[in-house]
Amino acid sequence: MNLYYYASPATFYPLAGKLVPLFAILAAVLCAVGLYISFFVAPTDFQQGEGYRIIFIHVPAAWMSMFIYVIMAFWSAIGLAWNTRLSFTMARALAPTGAMFTFVALWTGAFWGKPMWGAWWVWDARLTSELILLFLYVGYMALQAAIDDPRRADRAGALLNLVGVINIPIIYFSVKWWNTLHQGSSVSLTRAPSMAKIMLWGMLIMALAAWMYTIAAALARARTLLLERERQTEWARAQLEGQA
Amino acid sequence: MIRFLITVIRRDVLLAARRRGDWLTAQFFFVMVVSMFPLGIGPEPTMLRLIGPGVVWVAALLACLLSLGRLYADDFRDGSLEQMLLSPYPNSLLALGKALAHWVINGIPLLLIAPVLGIQFGLPAEALLILVLSLAIGTPILSLLGGIGAALTLGLRGGGVLITLLILPLYVPVLIFGAGAVEGAMSGTGSEAHLSLLGAFLVMSLLIAPWISALALKISVE
Repeated sequence: MNLYYYASPATFYPLAGKLVPLFAILAAVLCAVGLYISFFVAPTDFQQGEGYRIIFIHVPAAWMSMFIYVIMAFWSAIGLAWNTRLSFTMARALAPTGAMFTFVALWTGAFWGKPMWGAWWVWDARLTSELILLFLYVGYMALQAAIDDPRRADRAGALLNLVGVINIPIIYFSVKWWNTLHQGSSVSLTRAPSMAKIMLWGMLIMALAAWMYTIAAALARARTLLLERERQTEWARAQLEGQA
Repeated sequence: MIRFLITVIRRDVLLAARRRGDWLTAQFFFVMVVSMFPLGIGPEPTMLRLIGPGVVWVAALLACLLSLGRLYADDFRDGSLEQMLLSPYPNSLLALGKALAHWVINGIPLLLIAPVLGIQFGLPAEALLILVLSLAIGTPILSLLGGIGAALTLGLRGGGVLITLLILPLYVPVLIFGAGAVEGAMSGTGSEAHLSLLGAFLVMSLLIAPWISALALKISVE
């Protein structure tokens, strides 16, 4: 089967329609399992008490916030290189979810920071770069919203997205050298995790749930964007009439 | 090629010299923003000395953004930008020339005003020197990166605010290293590291930013 077959909006639209419920159900199930583990199975942390349980939301959200920006950049690069409408639509559909996760990461981080550090907010490297990431998402969405011509919006957004991706490491390191207080990461690929197995499982399942949610939300949003954009084409008309 | 670059710069500088009002607005904006901080915070000299470098740098970023909105807009409105883009020379050269002209018009005056404002904040002499030096390396970066934002927001409604949203996050490293250099000089930890990083960032922006600005111009004008 030809992989590029689904690169056309007309064929992608029904496919996404089938995939959205699938990923949504997966997300719901994983989220339920993950939350059960994180609240009832995982033991209380001997240092941080019950407050640590916020990491089951915080860490997956922070991971997703960064991944989504990179995935957006991936679609933007493909879109600019091959001029495929669908890739731009995917990048655009991912942005609100990414911004949402960035905000969740910041918000839950503040809730965790208050009892642990004694402050809602500290100007630490990771917090600051996460905040700047939120600004980058907002800038991307503001640019998309300000341009009426969809072709120009696609390409301008993609370019901004790529500039942002080049800048993220620079911003990250500049902020890191500027100030560091955030604890080192507890999970890494190169050494054994410094947390109990069951906590790690809870976190990984929650991360997977966040991932599935992202796919479902992005596909659903991409469907709407495509329908809006392609409303004059035959397949979109047929879809809209079928719904009416 | 070099002659094309010089022509672009000369043209913009001449235009600015003929319309001094436009050009002075951004400079006075810089002075005023800096002067607001002591009024808001209070006149204690120790406090002012502490925040001085940061305040001057943040005001420089804002003043730069204020004038960036018009980097391509005037030429776009009267159609001369399209003519320039049709020239046989690479468009990135045009973007480089525009950014350099923006720096000559807006960046260099900032360098000259900054020490005076630094004195208002009670910065010591060597810190003033580093402040000017860091601004001298940093403001071209602001013009170069800002050119990308100006090109992307060309002809959009609310372009002025939008460019701020797009470009300010990208200015973060410049702000950190620029203000950090001055603080380093004042606290005795030295400013070489900050200045070197700022220099590295300048070289990178010189290489990449004009090219991206040219791409953005093509997207916006077509």
